[in-house]
Amino acid sequence: MKIEILLQHVINGLSLGLLYALIAVGYTMVYGILKLINFAHGEIFMMSTFFTFYAITLFGLPWWLGMLVGIAGAALLGMSVDQIAYKPLRSAPRISALITAIGVSMFLQSLAIVIFGGIPESFRTVFPDFFNKIYTIGGEVIVNRGREIVVNAIRIPSITIITFVVTLFTFFILWFILYRTKAGLAMRAVSMDTKAVALMGISVDQTIGLTFALGSALAAIGGILWVGKYPQVWPMIGFMPGLKAFVAAVIGGIGSVTGAIVGGILLGLIEILAVGLMPQMAGYRDAFAFILLILLLSFKPSGIMGKKELVKV
Amino acid sequence: MTIHDKKTLHVRTQILLTIGFIVGICILFYLAEENLNSYMIRIISLIGIFAIMAVSLTLINGVSGMLSLGHAGFIAIGAYVAALLTMSVQQKEASFILMGVAFPINTETLSNIPFFWATLAGGSVAALMAFVVGWPTMRLSGDYLAITSLGFAEIIRIFLLNWNRITNGSLGLKGIPSYTNIWWSWGWLLITLLVIGSFVKSSYGRALRAIRDDTIAAKAMGINVFKHQLTSFVLGGFFAGVSGSLYAHWLTSIDPKPTTLGIMLTFNILIMIVLGGLGSLSGAVIGAGLFAVLSEFLRFVESDMTFFGFTIAGISGMRMLVFSALFIIIMIFWQKGIMGRNELTWNGLYRVIGKLRKGENHGQ
Repeated sequence: MKIEILLQHVINGLSLGLLYALIAVGYTMVYGILKLINFAHGEIFMMSTFFTFYAITLFGLPWWLGMLVGIAGAALLGMSVDQIAYKPLRSAPRISALITAIGVSMFLQSLAIVIFGGIPESFRTVFPDFFNKIYTIGGEVIVNRGREIVVNAIRIPSITIITFVVTLFTFFILWFILYRTKAGLAMRAVSMDTKAVALMGISVDQTIGLTFALGSALAAIGGILWVGKYPQVWPMIGFMPGLKAFVAAVIGGIGSVTGAIVGGILLGLIEILAVGLMPQMAGYRDAFAFILLILLLSFKPSGIMGKKELVKV
Repeated sequence: MTIHDKKTLHVRTQILLTIGFIVGICILFYLAEENLNSYMIRIISLIGIFAIMAVSLTLINGVSGMLSLGHAGFIAIGAYVAALLTMSVQQKEASFILMGVAFPINTETLSNIPFFWATLAGGSVAALMAFVVGWPTMRLSGDYLAITSLGFAEIIRIFLLNWNRITNGSLGLKGIPSYTNIWWSWGWLLITLLVIGSFVKSSYGRALRAIRDDTIAAKAMGINVFKHQLTSFVLGGFFAGVSGSLYAHWLTSIDPKPTTLGIMLTFNILIMIVLGGLGSLSGAVIGAGLFAVLSEFLRFVESDMTFFGFTIAGISGMRMLVFSALFIIIMIFWQKGIMGRNELTWNGLYRVIGKLRKGENHGQ
């Protein structure tokens, strides 16, 4: 395999992996605090793309404002899901909350089908032109029938560059919130010991709400970048990325934010490289993540960065 | 429990009552087949199929306390295996227009097999897959199992989608003989209830409930958690495969879309068992019946509606919205469902009647 092709796969894998990482962080933060797999996370991701789409096309907002509407809408949605569906079940057995989360996911999905319709809508013309440019590095120019064609070049779509910049900036902000603000300190404390935190006079409910808002906003940023990359929006868009982001969070070690980022990037790279090296397996692409998950859980259930949990009797 | 206890019935009476009940239902079905239209009869068979799905998932989710979201995967395996066995060679060659049929499937020996044996084969292959999947995943805690089983069902769907020469890819199988009728579906339901019912009553079932309620305590009592959970997972997988075969021969065409044999089906079964009460086999049957009837009844929300002369166009997907809203409401406000963890038994009925009589006496 040529080095250019390998580099191309690595770039594609990284940009996909960063998107998984953005979604995975939301999963891991909620799991760290509530010990709950928020199955509705993928649907919040989906809803954010719809919010952005209709804010721009229907209400004629400028694209950046539309994106902000999408992010804010997702944060609000995440908080209301927690308030309505999860809060009444805080003291119930964990399996009840988990089943409810699946119900919420299905509810949001069918809500999207009822409100927005089940037909995919194209996102291609919604964002400004600089989202759709493609840059080439290296390569040779061949003249074929009077037309110049660039071959063997590394192609980088502008959305990939935007993804890199935006994601890294987002992760910096996330780091700042988690490690340099009081709210972040509260979040980390709640994930360690809920009861002790409540005794210290910190509102656990507020902190949980903030966690949902933050996680959902990250998913929304991921969603907007996702539709920039794959310009189509429909109610099932969140299902697969949501599941895979969860796999990424488990690979990295659930509960650890750094782990989620590492897991997401790793999963994106493995997925793209596996298909790149074995093109005949392209149809099975979605299966790789889960096979990886089952293998990992059989050998190292706590993930790459996770801590082994001890159960006290 | 002594036999002379006034609040319980004699075992022989219970067995007689059960046989009488089954005979009564048989007569009812016979009358139904004579008098009802084919639509109603199809719904009655569907209730039987749904009930098998719900009972087998209850064994895994309710009795054993493992949240498995991969039930549709086992159902899909059972459906495809059985359908490929009962279809005729001509039918297969006519429908596999993409890449043709692969070798072992296009032979006479693996076609036109009687429905019963095909269903048994579907269940067995599903059970085998449950064993293969369960071996690594049963060692995981509840949350991980949920996501792994969901992922596993998705892997199955992806394989069905891509294995063109065996599963006919995205086109799916068409022209499956419509063998499933009331007798087949409710007959298999009876077998399911007998097998899973006695399993739940046995020492295995008691151990499983102990594991569900407190895994660590159960371990401390010397229960082999892994072995027990794997057994119940494989048994649940077997009957999921059986229900898949019945479902395929009820639908007569199957494909690997998420709505047919994918996550949507798993979710529908979850609604049934949550409605009936997590952990109750009779609750699962009741939940399945209610779900089938309710989902037919709710068809009107998807059709055009007229209010005071204004017509609102029907919105597809509305039924699912109603169901998922109902699901969340049940989970928040009514977690026990209809039956909770109790079973419908003759003793229970006897006690209720006794109480009612006492009430009457007191009234006088």
